[in-house]
Amino acid sequence: MSVLTGGHSATDMARERKFGSLYSRNAKAVVGRGLMAAKSSTWLVMVSGFFEPVLFLLAMGVGMGSIVGTVQGPGGEEISYAAYIAPALLAVSAMNGAIYDSTWNVFFKMNFAKLYQGMLYTSLGPLDVAIGEIFLALLRGLLYATGFTAVMGVMGLLTSWWAILVIPASVLIAFGFASFGMGITSFMKTFQQMDWINFFLLPMFLFSATFYPLSVYPQVIQWFIQAMPLWHGVELLRQISVGSFSPATAIHVGYYVVMIALGIMLTTGRLRQLFLK
Amino acid sequence: MSGGATSLLRVHNEAIRSANPSESSLSSRDMNPPTVISARNLTKAYGDLTAVDNISFDVPAGESFGLLGPNGAGKSTTMKMIGGVSQRTSGALTIMGLDPESHGPEVRAHLGVVPQQDNLDEELRVRENLIVYGRYFGLPLSYLRPKADELLEFAQLTDKANSKVDALSGGMKRRLTIARSLINEPRILLLDEPTTGLDPQARHILWDRLFRLKESGVTLILTTHYMDEAEQLCDRLIVVDKGRIMAEGSPAALIREHSSREVLELRFGSERNATIGVELQGIGERLETLPDRVLIYAHDGEAALEQVTARGLRPMTSLVRRSSLEDVFLRLTGRSLVD
Repeated sequence: MSVLTGGHSATDMARERKFGSLYSRNAKAVVGRGLMAAKSSTWLVMVSGFFEPVLFLLAMGVGMGSIVGTVQGPGGEEISYAAYIAPALLAVSAMNGAIYDSTWNVFFKMNFAKLYQGMLYTSLGPLDVAIGEIFLALLRGLLYATGFTAVMGVMGLLTSWWAILVIPASVLIAFGFASFGMGITSFMKTFQQMDWINFFLLPMFLFSATFYPLSVYPQVIQWFIQAMPLWHGVELLRQISVGSFSPATAIHVGYYVVMIALGIMLTTGRLRQLFLK
Repeated sequence: MSGGATSLLRVHNEAIRSANPSESSLSSRDMNPPTVISARNLTKAYGDLTAVDNISFDVPAGESFGLLGPNGAGKSTTMKMIGGVSQRTSGALTIMGLDPESHGPEVRAHLGVVPQQDNLDEELRVRENLIVYGRYFGLPLSYLRPKADELLEFAQLTDKANSKVDALSGGMKRRLTIARSLINEPRILLLDEPTTGLDPQARHILWDRLFRLKESGVTLILTTHYMDEAEQLCDRLIVVDKGRIMAEGSPAALIREHSSREVLELRFGSERNATIGVELQGIGERLETLPDRVLIYAHDGEAALEQVTARGLRPMTSLVRRSSLEDVFLRLTGRSLVD
């Protein structure tokens, strides 16, 4: 519970607490603020973020798919081209949702709205702010993922009950990108620098085995792509969507777990550096 | 959690008080209010620049304490260290017995902060700003809803409760920022240049509100470079320049100590002030020649003026006035521009 209302002495609580002045167990206040703000403002942006992958699925999956026909899925079985790229687009959608919230939104709040300065003058610590903002990004990721999975279902692209797991897996992917995105944004000072994020995201979207298998690349490029986070997301969701798992599944999940841990450390450290200097 | 948040808050305050036995025993022994802020050799350096250089001061509960100084004197940095959002380079600092660096959230639970620039949440409406800010302190809605209405009343913003923040005037935003800073019933209120950029009407309304807070026992710490504001609001103040304390005391004591009782201002025309300044030597306690006028610091300004005319000098205009804090300030921090 919170500092003011719980316990007998805030002093004693602080001594017991692991993160001292970094965390006051009140990230929910940051989440509450985000929901209240979302009520009035960002619906249009949210809707556009949802439609982007749907449009890609229609154009590439259905349109292009009609001349591609079927391709080999993760388990070796033949699946339609739309069913092949749909989980990849879902991973991209989770990434985009998380990145939007944790980069552009955070950039604005940090540099223009001075929101975090205000928050950190209260009982909140930087870790509360980081967790709250990342949670909001995940919530957006969850909304996008649920919507897109429903579209996949309606289009008959889901062939296994395992496919329902793509929703939590998308949240995992969103978590990885959100925790890192906020930390990276904290280094950005100008809009030009913010464009670098897109410069990085666009090729990752196009080349992470999203539209065709990794095997088309020479070995060296394959290694490079396998080091990128989106490829792991694409492969993970593709496997889940047809219910075909392998030891690689655990590696994909593990990649995101490590990414989340490092991202939260980075973000909290940066917030501390920026606002508690 | 829903029942009686105010009483919970009070219980919590008791807990903090009893956590500092040194303070309570001190106050019972000599009946002085306990010290709520204590700074010892406080220093903050950013690389080569020493923003705050070895300053020490104590603030007793309920006092209105001012930090005066030109731009870059280290006022805001000191405020940030008190709020625990800036780490000191060396020295000791306690706020109600706690070190803000290691107990940031606990210390800030008792602070209200009015920053130099309003940082209201523009995505929220006026009343929502108060409620959400209270949530940051972990306060329950059952406490916050009536408290927000009470504060809107206090800030004369009740009819703006559901307005958007960017529709408010500068003075309204400032009042909302002050109302917001009071949501957690702070024991100490930090005000960083609270009235900069406001018109006289808005300033006077703010002063009135701040004076009421002081009457209710809130400790006020304020920075300003309006001397009239400091004279109005501060029981005691320090003048800081280049990170150091130049003088400390009540406004009246500082004027007594660093200036004369009255000041005679004479204008002879821009070209002649400097040459005539030499002929005025010996009148009053101190003489200052400025490009546009000559200032004579004297106990009796009228008598000084008689001496001037007795020497056959005819100023274009003359003015006798009481010495003000501004005279002290300019004497201590110099007249050259600080950027």
